[in-house]
Amino acid sequence: MIEAVYIAGHGGQGTLSTGQLLANACLKEGKFVAYLPFYGVEKRGGVSNCGVTISDQRISSPFVAEPTVLIAMNSISLEKYESAVVPDGLVIANSSLVENAVTRDDVRVVPIPANEEAEQMGDPMVANNIILGALLELTGVVSIQIVAESLKEVLPERHHGKIPANVRALERGAELARRHKIRENK
Amino acid sequence: MKKVFSRPRSLKDVPFHYCPGCTHGVAHRLVAEVIDELGIQDNVIGNAPVGCAVFTMDYFDFDMISAAHGRAPAVATGVKRVLPDRVVFTYQGDGDLAAIGTGEFVHAAVRGEKITCIFINNAVYGMTGGQMAPTTLLGQKTKTTPYGRDSEVNGYPIKVCEMLTPLDGAAYVARVAVHSPKAIIQAKKAIKKAFQVQINGLGFSLVEILSTCPTNWGLTPLEAVKWLDENMIPYFPLGEYKVPPAGVI
Amino acid sequence: MSKILMKGNEAIGEGAVRAGCRYFFGYPITPQSELTHYLAKRLPEVGGLFLQAESEVASINMVYGAAAAGARVMTSSSGPGISLMQEGLSFLAGSELPSVVVNLMRGGPGLGNIAPSQSDYFQAAKGGGHGDYHMIVLAPNTVQEMLDTMGNAFDLADKYRNPVMVMADGVMGQMMEPVDLGGDVRVEIPPKSWATTGMAHHAGKNVINSCLVIPEEMEELNLKLEKKYKEISQKEQVCDEYMLEGADIVLVAFGLVSRICMSAVEKARAMGIKAGLIRPVTLWPFPAGFIGKTADKTRAYLTVEMNMGQMIEDVKLAVCGRAPVYHYGRLGGMVPDVRDVLAEIKNLHEGDAGR
Repeated sequence: MIEAVYIAGHGGQGTLSTGQLLANACLKEGKFVAYLPFYGVEKRGGVSNCGVTISDQRISSPFVAEPTVLIAMNSISLEKYESAVVPDGLVIANSSLVENAVTRDDVRVVPIPANEEAEQMGDPMVANNIILGALLELTGVVSIQIVAESLKEVLPERHHGKIPANVRALERGAELARRHKIRENK
Repeated sequence: MKKVFSRPRSLKDVPFHYCPGCTHGVAHRLVAEVIDELGIQDNVIGNAPVGCAVFTMDYFDFDMISAAHGRAPAVATGVKRVLPDRVVFTYQGDGDLAAIGTGEFVHAAVRGEKITCIFINNAVYGMTGGQMAPTTLLGQKTKTTPYGRDSEVNGYPIKVCEMLTPLDGAAYVARVAVHSPKAIIQAKKAIKKAFQVQINGLGFSLVEILSTCPTNWGLTPLEAVKWLDENMIPYFPLGEYKVPPAGVI
Repeated sequence: MSKILMKGNEAIGEGAVRAGCRYFFGYPITPQSELTHYLAKRLPEVGGLFLQAESEVASINMVYGAAAAGARVMTSSSGPGISLMQEGLSFLAGSELPSVVVNLMRGGPGLGNIAPSQSDYFQAAKGGGHGDYHMIVLAPNTVQEMLDTMGNAFDLADKYRNPVMVMADGVMGQMMEPVDLGGDVRVEIPPKSWATTGMAHHAGKNVINSCLVIPEEMEELNLKLEKKYKEISQKEQVCDEYMLEGADIVLVAFGLVSRICMSAVEKARAMGIKAGLIRPVTLWPFPAGFIGKTADKTRAYLTVEMNMGQMIEDVKLAVCGRAPVYHYGRLGGMVPDVRDVLAEIKNLHEGDAGR
């Protein structure tokens, strides 16, 4: 197993499409992947989580019980799933909405102010891909280029005009992660 | 000598099991005659109900399917959608069609399903032994309404033709009776029209046939015919409730 | 051909289309709605028909009619909808009509919820409708298998003139995994000279019927069905094994739970515990033959199910008292955690058999 990613947030934050995009790109790279969504009964705004397992061999359980990477898109998601992350695992927190601090000291925490960055880029809808860009930079699980190609398959054709903005978001997220790494090394 | 009357080809040469004075036999014969006259015996598929008429399977001489109680219009839908060039009909009693099968016949009509329902209304459950039907008249005594049907307890008899008339998918809806030679001639005309509506692809068609059940009514066959005339027809008026525009059939 | 990422619901739909199914009759219910959305779009592309019925009762009877007319036909539903279909399933079995019904199980009883469950095992494998009958029941555990199993389901249905149920828990419908769609599709649907297609299209008069009022005749039909079920039981039992070599603790699980058990077995093996897994692919006929052969080498069995313990009865019958059989279950839409399954294995390994 390479990574077990758990993406947690609420409906409308693009958590499920981020998971599908990641799974699709890793498949392009010849990896074994499994994607499992979990959501509340509400059609809009409820809990919206998914797990993505990426492996170089056949995947047994597709359930992400012990994530190597947790993406927390809001405070409650961090609170709920922080404890499940494996020791030395990675927590990417959407610091625009996550107000609480990570309580564990055996995980790597990378805050990314995704909503503010997305606002600055002029499209609040790309916040999820800013986070994904950071994940790609921090894990190296698949390249931004492959993810950009996957966007064509994952997005319905009527949204293909938004691909350049989403690619810029991925790059911006990667850039923010790189800056964080430099700060970590200081 | 010239042969002027014979058994329709679409009816098998076997004795009916129906009670003396029951008009299922007349209705069977009319359906078989119409199928012969339209020349569709080899391309028709009938759907038998649950109730006395389950044995239509044995009497009609063409392909037959035995459906679950009330479900014949759904079964017929499945057949017709797979074989749109065949003629598909159901033959159902009042309990089968108008009680347990209310959802199925109404929605077949709503969809404009190109099938024909032959609906036998004799105001009582026959095979199960004379219980109240959805079409049992107010005051009518049955095994489950021993003091007569009371609207406070059991509500009112269901008027199937009147219900179907406003539905856009219903192309032909008629109520006939088989208690007199004149009525029988009218009934045959309606049945033929219903099949023609289907063959011409105009939509759903249903013919309600007011019938007798002397055994469960506790009457002689002759009394039953009279009872139908005096009690059922006033509540269930005969006539064509819905017809396609003139000239299409 | 390269693999594409597909949802389980879509894979079932595409698998059905590739198996030559051209008719779907159904009624919306979560968590299988995406399957109906997929087929509503896909079937017209191949000249097929998707029809939304007024209820599950109507759906299964439309399936009955289409099957009687000789078509490859299916429906799908979940929980309460499958319960409503039980009368129709009994009729399909009694009239020997080939058809495929998909059940994406949800939490019950009653309205329950839309979370994954395996609590319909008894209903499917033992026959939820009235009368003596069996459906063939298939339980895939990957999205690829959800696609592939549909061809198998339609072939078995036609081969034995019997309804086939494909069962998965609800979350498998939403799960996405890579799928190889394979090459060109060639479907051979056997001729159906028994179908009610009109007498111009076959010899003599055909009747589709399960009503035989004379008990001697009804017994004759039952004996004929029994003979068929025996043949199916002898020829069609299928199961998978995983790390069974030298295993003295054997897990038995189907569907998605079998995948969780694979992870638990891997972890147990890494700890030096000789655990293995048997995964029934056919729930009926149940692979009792294979399981029975492992009984003398096995210290204990553990069935892991998302129910109170349903398949365990079949495992016990197969093992026939030669080894203890335990059950670990999560209920009401909860999914077993791999760590909890591992803890159960450890308990058994440490000889905690007196629970």
